Amino acid sequence: MLGLIIVNVLVFAGIGGLLALLLVLADFFLANYGDCLIEINNKKKLTVKGGNSLLNSLSENDIFIPSACGGRGTCGLCKLQVSEGGGPLLPTEKPYLTAEEISQNYRLSCQVKVKTDISISIPEELFSIRKFKGVMEKMIDYTYDTKGVIIKLIEPKSIDFKAGQYIQLQSKKYPKAKQVVSRAYSMANSPENNDHVELIIRRVPEGIMTTFIHDYCRKDDQLTLTGPYGDFYIRDSDADMIFVAGGSGMAPFKGIMEELCRKECQRHILFFFGARTTKDLFLTAEMKEYEKKMAAFSYHPVISQPEASPDWKGLTGYIPPLLEKYVRDPAKTEGYLCGSPALLAATEKKMREIGIDKIFYDSFG
Amino acid sequence: MDINPFVIFLAAIFTGNILLTYFLGMCSYLSVSKEIESSAGLGMAVFFVLTLTSAINYLVYHYLLVPMDLVYLQYIVFIIVIAAFVQLTEIVIERFSPVLYYSLGIFLPLITVNCAILGVSLFLIIRQYSFIQSVAYGAGSGIGWLVAILALAGIRNRLKEKYLPRGMNNAAISLIITGIMALAFIGFSGVAIIQ
Repeated sequence: MLGLIIVNVLVFAGIGGLLALLLVLADFFLANYGDCLIEINNKKKLTVKGGNSLLNSLSENDIFIPSACGGRGTCGLCKLQVSEGGGPLLPTEKPYLTAEEISQNYRLSCQVKVKTDISISIPEELFSIRKFKGVMEKMIDYTYDTKGVIIKLIEPKSIDFKAGQYIQLQSKKYPKAKQVVSRAYSMANSPENNDHVELIIRRVPEGIMTTFIHDYCRKDDQLTLTGPYGDFYIRDSDADMIFVAGGSGMAPFKGIMEELCRKECQRHILFFFGARTTKDLFLTAEMKEYEKKMAAFSYHPVISQPEASPDWKGLTGYIPPLLEKYVRDPAKTEGYLCGSPALLAATEKKMREIGIDKIFYDSFG
Repeated sequence: MDINPFVIFLAAIFTGNILLTYFLGMCSYLSVSKEIESSAGLGMAVFFVLTLTSAINYLVYHYLLVPMDLVYLQYIVFIIVIAAFVQLTEIVIERFSPVLYYSLGIFLPLITVNCAILGVSLFLIIRQYSFIQSVAYGAGSGIGWLVAILALAGIRNRLKEKYLPRGMNNAAISLIITGIMALAFIGFSGVAIIQ
């Protein structure tokens, strides 16, 4: 009986082993792409091991392409021009590229695999994106689900950025984590305080990064981030400005307000902050302080579920319908938005309807 | 049995089509037949896997399992052979056609659990085919599956702009079309090739 069991197991294991060997050989001979040359902007040349995505091959060589989804093909931020060697356009890339972009050879670098020599063009400012090592210095409880996170930069010691830009933070492994991810977060500190990075992170149920930050990250933990990225910063003009934010979307505006106050900005600014109940409001006192220091700035928290907060005497409902009432001259107004995709879409739509066409936001997909 | 392998090959396509006569291998058939190109790609992948696994499984059964009196292992052994060959197919496709690899997506590894594959291996054992007959049967079944999925993809393509009652889209109308195609293929059994 025992002999029979052993024979069975050996036969099965033997067949399995042979098949596994076959697959290893196939992988070695077929999936092996050798060394490939990446030529960037017709000047810089890199030699990389073939078989990886363009995004990863570049980041291994310290060139950091923006990516909010960490290479999964769901954010569309990693676009760049591939003039040669990118292979055919993949169905996973099509939803994120317009017809014009496709005709200009734009590809999603997280989907393009480097299999042969490849020639690409990337904007010059991406070369100034650095990788930073930092440590967790402090966490501030803003609300029941939102924390302020202060990361002290160790190497390099400071970051050069415009108020409103974002960084990409890497999570670390923790017991329930299925993988390590990188996520985009706007910087909440002003460019003056550039030896650290302040982020505002709201807990997302089952979210890999937010669970890591809220439950597992402790003081003095080492963290890695890259940046600065993004086109979200205050444009130099004297137009009126309308800020719209929800939840952790407060982050860039915190840094922006600190900077604008320091520069004694005189522009007319309306800041609408949307929250479900009064429990979701934070930094209200700081914003009220700015109202005192800057005559043309006003802060308007808007609660969408006032029934839960009977003491609330401020604005209620959703933000987009309120814009029409408060805007002064739509043609001379700039809109700055930061929040959930739903809020961004609804607000942009309303702004365009009332005649505001200079609208800025970062979409984190 | 002395049936000419070529006759077995033709029979597997027309009179004994693994999909339209035996109704095996329906799930990826129903899902991927939305587009003709990916249907052709998947059909060819299935053909490749079927031909190879029929050959290998015949050899494993007759030269390993039977001599060692381990016939009852046939189910799991056939499955791991199929799984390994599907994985091999994936590596080959990713290498030579990344576009096809991405458009097939999850359906490529799903070939492993396509019951047509295991079905063909088991049928050739039950029918006691020789090696050449087994390979002919596997190849024929593959072509038969390819023909069936291409036919359905073509018909669904024609139906794209047509009006269908609500709820009849996708699976419902595909099953009805498959049934009608199966009826049509029964007509082939009137052709007395195997006699």
